[in-house]
Amino acid sequence: MNIENDLKSTARAATAAPTDLEGLSAAVGRRAAADGILDLAYAEIDSPLGTLLAVATPQGLVHLGYPDRPVADQLELLAARISPRILESARDLDRARRQLDEYFAGRRRRFDLDLDWQLSAGFVRSVLERTAAIPFGETRTYGEMAAAAGSPRAFRAAGRALGANPIPIVVPCHRVLRSGGALGGYGGGLDVKRELLTLEGVL
Amino acid sequence: MSGPPTAPPFQTLIDAHSGAVAAFLRGMLPAADVEDALQETMLAALRAYPAFDGRNPRAWLLTIARRKAIDEHRARSRRPEALTEPEAVASGSDRGGYDAELWGRVGALPPKQRAAVVLRFALDLRYREVGEALDCSEAAARRNVHEAVRTLRAATEAEKEER
Repeated sequence: MNIENDLKSTARAATAAPTDLEGLSAAVGRRAAADGILDLAYAEIDSPLGTLLAVATPQGLVHLGYPDRPVADQLELLAARISPRILESARDLDRARRQLDEYFAGRRRRFDLDLDWQLSAGFVRSVLERTAAIPFGETRTYGEMAAAAGSPRAFRAAGRALGANPIPIVVPCHRVLRSGGALGGYGGGLDVKRELLTLEGVL
Repeated sequence: MSGPPTAPPFQTLIDAHSGAVAAFLRGMLPAADVEDALQETMLAALRAYPAFDGRNPRAWLLTIARRKAIDEHRARSRRPEALTEPEAVASGSDRGGYDAELWGRVGALPPKQRAAVVLRFALDLRYREVGEALDCSEAAARRNVHEAVRTLRAATEAEKEER
């Protein structure tokens, strides 16, 4: 008799069984967070704009990605810029999901979430932090944001800073327009900017 | 805090390799211990991930899983009342193509040989990768499998003669 052939032909039946990937990730994520070794948690969040990728560190929401970029690309970039210790963990993004749902349903005007600003530095961060304070339904100009960040003439740099916003919607860069009232630019595409401003009753 | 620049998000390792790691652990441990050992393996891997060199993540995860399985065996040998049957033996009787006698004998092999057999035949790894997962050379991996097969053959033949 040939033992090797018997082992080969019976091994799969002896060891194969479905693995519950979601359950495993959730359990590992829970334990890793408790041990302080989960650097990034992510979840995909359904919205009228398509599926958003929400990513948080233990400090707070660090990235919100539009569906025009593949999730794998966004996560790889975050792995390189922050840490590769990344797990899918819907639980850690529950609060963000709920507040985004409410915002899109017209039931929330202000986000109450911890933010992690580590992907932005210097003038960019300064512009974005001031942008975070623009109220629902109001708009500012690029020049006003530049001035608020301490460099009144740097309106182009302010535009670039807003274009690099890693946490759009929650940090409402869509509320910043050109001085004549034209929409200007938007990282997620002008259609998205228009949709958000319509939702807020500006357009 | 950050790993090597090319390290992919850890979730991709779970997605791609937890099936293989689970199959390996099912060959090594009783059913009741597999789920926990799988979690422990992934947690230990996540902890060590910043220092991982990025080469062959499957073999790296299997190395960690083997250590977890051996830890578990040691803990069990101090608790003699515990069953030591791998899940493959305990729950396999209703599976098509399953050979309970043969895999019962696999379960009785020394841990390193048992691991080599499971990696080689259940996961279908090449000897080079079996060696990586066992922290030994390709030649040593081959020897472990051959030694195991010889033991299994002898046991099978002895049983036949008794009948």
